[in-house]
Amino acid sequence: MTETASAKPIPVTVLTGYLGAGKTTLLNRILTGNHGKKYAVIVNEFGEIGIDNDLIVESDEEIYEMNNGCICCTVRGDLIRVVEGLMRRPGRFDAIIVETTGLADPVPVAQTFFMDDDVRSKTELDAVVALVDAKHLPLRLKDSREAEDQIAFADVVLVNKTDLVTPEELATVEATVRAINPSARIYRTSRSDIDLSKVLDQGAFNLERALENDPHFLDHDHPDHVCGPDCGHDHSHDHDGHHHHDHDHDHHHDHDHGHHHHDHGPSPIHDVTVQSISLRGGEMNPDRFFPWIQKITQTDGPNILRLKGIIAFAGDEERYVVQGVHMIVEGDHQRAWKDGEKRESRLVFIGRDLDREKIERTFKACEAAQA
Amino acid sequence: MPTVAPLDLDGHVVATAFLGDVPFFATAIGAIHRLDHGHKVTEANDGLLACVRAEASDTLVTGGEDGKVFSIAADGTATLLAEVPRKWISVVAAGPQGAVAFAEGRTTRVRLADGTVKEFAESRTVEGVAFAPKGLRIAVARYNGATLHWVATAGQPVDLEWKGAHTGVTFSPDGRFLVTSMQENALHGWKLDTKPGADTRHMRMTGYPAKVKSMSWSAKGKWLASSGAPAAIVWPFASKDGPMGKAPLELGTRGDVMVTAVACHPVEEVVAIGYSDGMVMAARFSDSREVLLRRPGKGAVSSLAWSKNGKLLAFASEAGDCGVVDIAG
Repeated sequence: MTETASAKPIPVTVLTGYLGAGKTTLLNRILTGNHGKKYAVIVNEFGEIGIDNDLIVESDEEIYEMNNGCICCTVRGDLIRVVEGLMRRPGRFDAIIVETTGLADPVPVAQTFFMDDDVRSKTELDAVVALVDAKHLPLRLKDSREAEDQIAFADVVLVNKTDLVTPEELATVEATVRAINPSARIYRTSRSDIDLSKVLDQGAFNLERALENDPHFLDHDHPDHVCGPDCGHDHSHDHDGHHHHDHDHDHHHDHDHGHHHHDHGPSPIHDVTVQSISLRGGEMNPDRFFPWIQKITQTDGPNILRLKGIIAFAGDEERYVVQGVHMIVEGDHQRAWKDGEKRESRLVFIGRDLDREKIERTFKACEAAQA
Repeated sequence: MPTVAPLDLDGHVVATAFLGDVPFFATAIGAIHRLDHGHKVTEANDGLLACVRAEASDTLVTGGEDGKVFSIAADGTATLLAEVPRKWISVVAAGPQGAVAFAEGRTTRVRLADGTVKEFAESRTVEGVAFAPKGLRIAVARYNGATLHWVATAGQPVDLEWKGAHTGVTFSPDGRFLVTSMQENALHGWKLDTKPGADTRHMRMTGYPAKVKSMSWSAKGKWLASSGAPAAIVWPFASKDGPMGKAPLELGTRGDVMVTAVACHPVEEVVAIGYSDGMVMAARFSDSREVLLRRPGKGAVSSLAWSKNGKLLAFASEAGDCGVVDIAG
């Protein structure tokens, strides 16, 4: 359309994490790092961020409910305004970082980048990065829903302050994070020390790139999957969440997948209310799948924090990727299926009070093989 | 045939306005350009976010990323009016008697001509401020409505509630109506001379495919023109109940190109319409007749302004390709 609109969208990284989890430390690492990039940073308070060379904008978190009758359609009004101002002079920076307050709900931040046409036309959400304080996570989960939401919503989780906990505590914390969010990439850090290429420019929200960068998406429990150094998570927890609880869901993980739906174990920490449902199926019938995903996000949207998936459609030469936030669902063809690649559909729902049986059954009913 | 005198500037131009017969162009980097017997420049804000013309004093008022509010006189002189360090001043308004309003966060400040500053706190972020045509009263657009404050007297503020985020605000020139633009592709209006709670008090103006960012009242306030659609949407406000139950005019309709800026002619019932592709047209209310004033350019039209006598039209663009149209040619 216009010159400005057709320019490459500016990537936006959202940093979440409870107070004291290490956000400011990470931000300072990003701002002082030797990467040759310039960032515009939107913060709630200037705090202890070095403000000499970078463009730092202070902004009050202002959550706006959209007046469309949908309670989960929320955006951050302040971000709309600040991004609009920043994008009038796009030459000043290469990317935008939004630091949220410890208690912030990450959903309105993310939804701003999908729901506001102006913001959407000029920027793209790159990734939501959550910092977790390994020492205090159990306590945080006990007293706040936000801490859990931040993990549930993240694309990348840094389990930080690992130097302050024992290996056993760390394993438990990591298993908890994995139980809340099976699709996030998890890294262990201390003092927020992380290779910045694992945090920035991830394209995690970009459908074209998200799964290209993460070829093993939802594959960590797959029998064919061998964890390599690039898996971005540590398998030492080995689903030990399963063994802490005495419950009776099926234990087919790691073996004999067929059409079984793998459940990540419940969290080893009891205060977790977020659940994830990982679905795996064969080729889908688009005439069933699209109405189904529309319906499920309309009816269960308020309970769905995120969904992500790769869908194989019968007779379609390309992989179809979908993702969503509450009631917003987006999908697009990503690339052709490779020779020898198994044509199957995988989808993960992360949310609360989801009806697992219903979702599994209705997903299954979308398969092309179903009569 | 109208003739166009182009002015090519660097980067996004936020606003254009005439002071006297001189067209001014305020850029996002904070340079204020004017065509006054040649191209002249005044440096104002370090990063300019907002710029409006103050009718009463024939000056410009700017707000910026540097937390400063400037007044720009017709000869280009910049005067610092106020400063709130490290805050973005993205909302400014000008009122009667030399009063200037500006906002950051949840605070609106009104600076009177004698330098006195009055502060008004809101419970939510101030998205827009407008002065009433008379009586030194301001309206503040915010989440879930607007608030009216008397500036000079200690009267109670009046809250006008309507669910949703209100991002801009304007009074009708006769002061009978208040209209806000909203986050969700709609305008909302209040009839100020009805009793609070009356059914006829609210005016919903919906159906826009995009957010409304530009609003302009016609001569004598009979119509309100707006952007946010592939045509200028012009609502009738001449009757007592405003546009309720009436369809708006749709002028200068184009297929897939959005209207991004509107400015009503100071005398005639004509609106200048700027589009996302840089085209500028004028359209007459009575018969919808259109005149092309400028062919598409490099970027969306960000602002339009008529000279006082209505013979010149200045246009500003997001890509910097601005200019002045001489209507008489």
